[in-house]
Amino acid sequence: MSIAAAIAETADEGPKGPPPKRRGRFIPYLLMLPGALWLGIFFLVPLVTLFLTSLQTPVAGGDVGQFEQTFNFANYPETLTDPNYYVPLFRSFLYSASATILALLIGYPLAYGIAFKAGRFRNVLLVMVIAPFFVSFILRTIAWRQILADEGPVVAVLRVIGLVGPTGGVYPSAIAVVAGLTYNFLPFMTLPIYASLERVDHRLVEAAGDLYASPWTGFRKVTLPLSMPGVVAGTLLTFIPAAGDYVNAALLGTPKNTMIGNRIEFTFLSVNDYPTAAVLSFILMASILIMVLLYVRRVGTEDLV
Amino acid sequence: MARATDVTKAQGDLYLERLTKSFGDFVAVDDLSLTVPQGSFFALLGPSGCGKTTTLRMVAGLEDPTAGRIKIGEADITELKPFRRPVNTVFQNYALFPHMDIYENVAFGLRRRGIKDVKTQVMEALELIELAQVAKRKPAQLSGGQQQRVALARAIVNRPAVLLLDEPLGALDLKLRRQMQLELKRIQTEVGLTFIHVTHDQEEAMTMADTVAVMNKGVIEQLGAPTDLYESPKTAFVANFLGQSNLFPAAVLEVDGEDIVLEDSDGRYRMPMNRVAPSVSPTRGGRVLVGVRPEKIHIERLAESDATPADGNYVDGTVRSSSFMGVSTQYEVATAGGEIISVFAQNLSARDLLSEGDPVRLTWAPRHGFVLNGSEDMNAGVEAVTAAAG
Repeated sequence: MSIAAAIAETADEGPKGPPPKRRGRFIPYLLMLPGALWLGIFFLVPLVTLFLTSLQTPVAGGDVGQFEQTFNFANYPETLTDPNYYVPLFRSFLYSASATILALLIGYPLAYGIAFKAGRFRNVLLVMVIAPFFVSFILRTIAWRQILADEGPVVAVLRVIGLVGPTGGVYPSAIAVVAGLTYNFLPFMTLPIYASLERVDHRLVEAAGDLYASPWTGFRKVTLPLSMPGVVAGTLLTFIPAAGDYVNAALLGTPKNTMIGNRIEFTFLSVNDYPTAAVLSFILMASILIMVLLYVRRVGTEDLV
Repeated sequence: MARATDVTKAQGDLYLERLTKSFGDFVAVDDLSLTVPQGSFFALLGPSGCGKTTTLRMVAGLEDPTAGRIKIGEADITELKPFRRPVNTVFQNYALFPHMDIYENVAFGLRRRGIKDVKTQVMEALELIELAQVAKRKPAQLSGGQQQRVALARAIVNRPAVLLLDEPLGALDLKLRRQMQLELKRIQTEVGLTFIHVTHDQEEAMTMADTVAVMNKGVIEQLGAPTDLYESPKTAFVANFLGQSNLFPAAVLEVDGEDIVLEDSDGRYRMPMNRVAPSVSPTRGGRVLVGVRPEKIHIERLAESDATPADGNYVDGTVRSSSFMGVSTQYEVATAGGEIISVFAQNLSARDLLSEGDPVRLTWAPRHGFVLNGSEDMNAGVEAVTAAAG
């Protein structure tokens, strides 16, 4: 049967089959089903379990790690006022904010260069931005130990310029942790910014130049505001996972550089204090959520195109 | 800095001197010289790819000329960056800043030049385009016609020495386009700035401009007032691109005082010497193209008794097809010599309609014809019209 005949036949079938309107109504729900199931089983259910865990109390006279289900909301203020917990929490936000700013300072020019100046090398450069993902996250982070080691090139250069003393180093330290975070999340910053820069109509930049804006003013008044959706997406995609990260602090920092992720891991798996670890997880989630809401409201993306 | 400031305030006629722009092997604009008098409405008309937009972009500073100079009055602006030129552009797609409201869009140029109190000027510009009420809206909330006017206000508010319009009405529908043509003309008269209008639409160019330059393949084919271009085209391209023309080959018979006499297989034609394009050498036997506009031809049924008309040129033929268009009827007439001539006849009364196969006589006044160089391509500009319309 020819294609044309097949099409004609399908078209003929139309009126005879069930009215397309009724069938079409269920298709969106059907399409959403796998995703909804996934979220339900792997996000909603664990979230509820975790919340219940956060309200448990130790069994009197029981073993380590033996808890009973109660509704002890006092777990929250107790944990929050303990410097063993709020200091790493604060440190997490400090590190991830620093890493986000650094990634923005590196990622924006990079995305700009790829979008506007790369010409036919654009796709090659994009692949290079993503290329590190072909190597495991842990391996890449461990590699930073070599890069930042006392015998490594970075420290050698820093010693020559005098930024660190003749016996000083950068690994392990807060700087190494922030460097690792910045490096690991850079693609998440660069790609959304690239995507929104690529959509900026170059004729708008020409129009700005035509209306007496120098290239720098044109960038400030036209290109930058139009790329803000990408900047917002990039900073969120960097800040949120970086705040909960514990690999970089574990591999590149000292015990003084522990982040809240390390604390949660330790409390869950080594101390076996499940309620406290659950409380910390919830506090982390809540504080990120509040910060993100404030940030998005402040930057105001709905005003943008 | 002082010198640059002087240049940005330059006033006067715009001079393009031997301007050339090549992209690799392709010469987009070829040794083009042009003077646009201050305060005039000037149209650059031509099919796509003729170099008109490239010329405009060179004036705006968005392209660097390969050779040649651009001057406004005494000031040479060839080397100036776009943002230092006293030139503003209305872009084809308007290029309004989507993240700013209409007020800020219009204020953009003023603010960049460090003018503190922009309100009066912005509101004046918005009133000129009759859109003061939408000052706080975003461009996306405006119709195409409104966006077009805002783009105009955004440029005009700066009172540039030269305002460039790049196919400004191209995206509008026909009715709105007609309305905007009149509007643009009114605004230009009101503000008295030099407008350079690039378009492929001959009607648009002729409606608005004082002077039209017809461009083809990087050079100006002919420059003049719209009526001059239409009535006395100097090349086959202009004859075909501006309106419609019947062109058919003939040979020079003689020059008889003030007149030239031509001949082809259908007969003889007499035309005043001032209807002959300068590129024609009126020597006996020289090849020429005879041109006459379809609406200048008078068509009537041929009767046996008809004598040769004393005054005027004529051709006999038979109606090959006729299409009724309401206000007029278009006939295609085949002559004995094998030419196809189209004729627009006003529909004065329905009785006059001719039908296929009718023998007819076509006559036209000698001063309504024109004579072009015979070495030109008769169909030059015909495809360009079709392409430009598409």
